[in-house]
Amino acid sequence: MSQFLSTALFSEILPGGAMWSMRVPRRRLLRLTALDSDANLSALFYNAAEPLDRLNVPDTLKALHTAKLTRGHILMTDLGNALVSIVADSLGWHDPLGGHITAGMVAAKFGEHNYQQYRNDFYRNAHDCFLIELAKHGLGLADMVANVNFFSKIVVDDEGRMKFVPHHCPAGARIGLRTEMDVLFVLANCPHPLAPAGEYPRARVQIEIFPCDPPEEDDFCRNFRPECSRTLALTERLFL
Amino acid sequence: MQPHAGVDGATLLMSTLIYIESPFQPETAVLNSTILAGDGWFHPINKGQVLRIVDLEGNQAADTFFFSSADVRERYSAQDTIREQGSIYLTTGTRLMSNLCREMLTITADTCGRHDTLGGACAAESNMVRYSLDKRFMHACRDTFLLQMALSGYRVTKRDLAHNINFFMNVPVTSDGDLRFADGVSEPGKYVEMRAEMDVLCLISNCPQLNNPCNAYNPTPIRVLIWN
Repeated sequence: MSQFLSTALFSEILPGGAMWSMRVPRRRLLRLTALDSDANLSALFYNAAEPLDRLNVPDTLKALHTAKLTRGHILMTDLGNALVSIVADSLGWHDPLGGHITAGMVAAKFGEHNYQQYRNDFYRNAHDCFLIELAKHGLGLADMVANVNFFSKIVVDDEGRMKFVPHHCPAGARIGLRTEMDVLFVLANCPHPLAPAGEYPRARVQIEIFPCDPPEEDDFCRNFRPECSRTLALTERLFL
Repeated sequence: MQPHAGVDGATLLMSTLIYIESPFQPETAVLNSTILAGDGWFHPINKGQVLRIVDLEGNQAADTFFFSSADVRERYSAQDTIREQGSIYLTTGTRLMSNLCREMLTITADTCGRHDTLGGACAAESNMVRYSLDKRFMHACRDTFLLQMALSGYRVTKRDLAHNINFFMNVPVTSDGDLRFADGVSEPGKYVEMRAEMDVLCLISNCPQLNNPCNAYNPTPIRVLIWN
């Protein structure tokens, strides 16, 4: 993790329920830290130069032969390009299957908590958060494709049944994402749609951005699978 | 219980497959069309109508996607579908959900027993990533989708295209979180049938993939039928 120890270019703490978007240049290290346990951060990724080139969860999973995300994996677009490489991960499993929570699900799980009564402690949902942040970049519902959920885990049994694993994420869990192109990040620090009902989770997530070297020939992610080196090679074509 | 060995033989995945037959007869269908290997189909299905897709020769992936006719921004969502039913496999009883978490169609009959919605559609670009940079010029499902959308009168473009269903494909997930591309569970004449719960547009690519066994290395025709 020594490469992360330079001074952060940017740091911000997302309270529970917060949303965030930023265009992050190529070759930065974006580090996400769950400051509290049981965090869930729903995330979407776009090629900032051409948002039609966007995260494609099925393409990513089948290229990597995985139904979870961890170190070595590269999130890919539907045009075969690399968005971010997961260069560090203290948790070993992040969820690409569960989707994101809606207003209806939040109300059913946690009760009604509206702005009128609770002001800025009202219960937000990832669907609306995504729509708001996407709109700031000229994007909308049509651009809202399948997302990933950092800090959450869903296991699948032999019958295909999906099970949310509670208390997967301890306080201090971290994941490091290296941008392989200029990436538009769209994040919603909202409960996982399969999180247990009860009190609305308010785990904070810290976002830090550091300078980062380009992936060398012996880079862990580049060599994780042959598919990883090929998506990095394709991405170079965006920067000829 | 019916065992299925993974392609790589590493895991024996046990799963119950339930076969439900349909009461509908082909003679009474209002539409009965063949989609040749590698071809596409884009067709409206009205609320209450029933769509059947038949794997005529077996082990042929039918990449299928749905838009709401009323507003194409509402479309099939793989994540919402699997999460709401708590299972990654689609079969009889599965409600195909939209990105607004509304029911679009319900699977009412299935003689195959299991269908995939994690694997998405093949594309020229994903073939380059998955197999080799020189695979760019092979025919792929996403090109079929894009051409069908471009040729149609519906106002849909790449922006509207999300993650589809792979009828007749078998993509298990292990308890360790690995995705496997397993031997098909389909056979000649197997079919899946679904009732539209809203007016939808059905987009199908009869998969031309030759780089993996999803079509048994020999893409073949499928048939679509619609009943009122």
